[in-house]
Amino acid sequence: MPSIKQNAHGQPLPDFRNAGVMLRILLGVNLLALLAALVRSDGLLACLQDYVAMAAWLQPLLLFNLAVLALLGSRLQGSAVWSARALVVVLAAMSAVLLSLLWSLLTFDEWGWQGLVRAALLAGTAAACMLSYLALRASALSPALIEARLQSLTARIRPHFLFNSLTAVISLIRLDPRRAETALEELAELFRALLRDPRQLVPIGDELALCRQYLDLEKLRLGERLQVEWNIDDPPADLLVPPLLLQPLLENAVYHGIEPAANGGTIRVSLLRRGDELHIDLANPSVSHAEHARGNHMALDNIQERLALYYDLEARIDTGEVRLADGSREYRVQIVLPCGGRSR
Amino acid sequence: MNAVVAPSACPISVLIVDDEAPARARLRDLLADLAAELPNEVVAEAENGVVALGVIEAHRVDVALVDIRMPTMDGVEFARHLSQVAQPPAVIFVTAYDAYAVQAFELSAVDYLLKPVRSTRLLAALRKLPQQPPLSKAQLARLPQPQPARSHLACHERGRLLLIPVDGIIYLKADLKYVTVRTREREFLVDESLTHLEQEFGDQFIRLHRSVLVARNAIVGFARLGTDDAEAQWQAMLRDVAERLPVSRRQWPLVKSLVRRSGV
Repeated sequence: MPSIKQNAHGQPLPDFRNAGVMLRILLGVNLLALLAALVRSDGLLACLQDYVAMAAWLQPLLLFNLAVLALLGSRLQGSAVWSARALVVVLAAMSAVLLSLLWSLLTFDEWGWQGLVRAALLAGTAAACMLSYLALRASALSPALIEARLQSLTARIRPHFLFNSLTAVISLIRLDPRRAETALEELAELFRALLRDPRQLVPIGDELALCRQYLDLEKLRLGERLQVEWNIDDPPADLLVPPLLLQPLLENAVYHGIEPAANGGTIRVSLLRRGDELHIDLANPSVSHAEHARGNHMALDNIQERLALYYDLEARIDTGEVRLADGSREYRVQIVLPCGGRSR
Repeated sequence: MNAVVAPSACPISVLIVDDEAPARARLRDLLADLAAELPNEVVAEAENGVVALGVIEAHRVDVALVDIRMPTMDGVEFARHLSQVAQPPAVIFVTAYDAYAVQAFELSAVDYLLKPVRSTRLLAALRKLPQQPPLSKAQLARLPQPQPARSHLACHERGRLLLIPVDGIIYLKADLKYVTVRTREREFLVDESLTHLEQEFGDQFIRLHRSVLVARNAIVGFARLGTDDAEAQWQAMLRDVAERLPVSRRQWPLVKSLVRRSGV
């Protein structure tokens, strides 16, 4: 099962299918080229011209390499770290030589064997530079991961919810022992999820089941005040997501949107697949003004950080308040996840 | 505060205030369990502070078990309004754990119970009641404030306690030692100071002149009296009432800029 663990500890290779990684490689290598041009030329204009000349040669090479790496994808991840790294460097060097040969055929320039070796060395060095940069970046992120994990253990369990739920369950024991049993089981499930290794991904179907159990518990306390509308279209139940992606957001929605309202309200959750993306939308009535910001942002920051750790630039989360036609305000959160490659 | 809690005396009358039905049911069960040791009677249950104040108007209540976080009117605001009641009940706060709240309770030396409530703790708290003086202003000020500003103002009329929702207030006007509260329907007199009200509700109300605070969202426009620029006197036009309120020359630039920002 894939997990964020690989990104943190001795991650064999970056995920070359990730848009963020691709972008970093493109920018990084071009930056190196710019630096080389700066060293080689004596004027700024000359440097720019030099860079443009280099870029014309560089871009096809980069794109070709990125395409091959993306195609190799998971096969690279399977092999040993050092051999995979060597493979990437050799690939870069070889493709540089091939491109040089092609270039010399097209332009009838003679590159000579020294020129070919130079191209191979340059390309290989650039590849090695990028690999070490990405490895450094991954290891730099791992303390953040541990911190995120600690946060997920502390910030996530809102004591208010725990103790109110326990009170509700205790009150049920005499009245409706069976319902009390289910409620305790639900509470146990919720805590199992809270205590699980946050780096291990879970199928989104499990996360949704957890959310339903959580809302069931809240319904026990809040009764008719809490209404939930689900709108799940074509559920990609096997899509793997970071654990506790939605539950903390629902907890926020209940705490800020339902509890402060005397007559309660409706939380709407929708999951829609749009092409290669999964759109998750959450909406709750917006009631309190003062308390809102602080509590909400803890959970949101936490989720945002975990999304960035796992998906880099490919996932996003947006929040905002919308004024509805009847004058009431609604707080909305939208999460967009890629669901192309990872569910397989 | 003169409920005598000897085993033979008449039962203590209890009011349970919590927005969650299971929490109220639990306290009721606990009190029933304790009835042999400490005779008690649950007079009523209320789901928020406003309902609870209504109950206190109608019944004699010795003690109120009050949740902190409730919609419409929270427990702390309820306790603050109790100072206006002729024979206020003793208050025991009941709250789910929250480090900040517990610290505040300790500081203010107010009796509190943590959820889930244990019957021994409840019994001990009820036994302490006769020695407990009513909550002082200083104690109230130290309590955790779920909402920094009150949701209602309280006023006394012919021995009855009336609650005025702050959202429905159009303006507040200082009259000698009282403040007149104008709502759409009528006027009330409350025993408050305009300065304190301004501090508490500064983000909802704006000062027009020395003795008037007006709700920002009640201003619909301004009219000018007098034609000479130097002598110009502005008046605020208000939603729902025909009356116009003069704006002092000193406040005018501030009022104008604040109101313009909120898009009137």
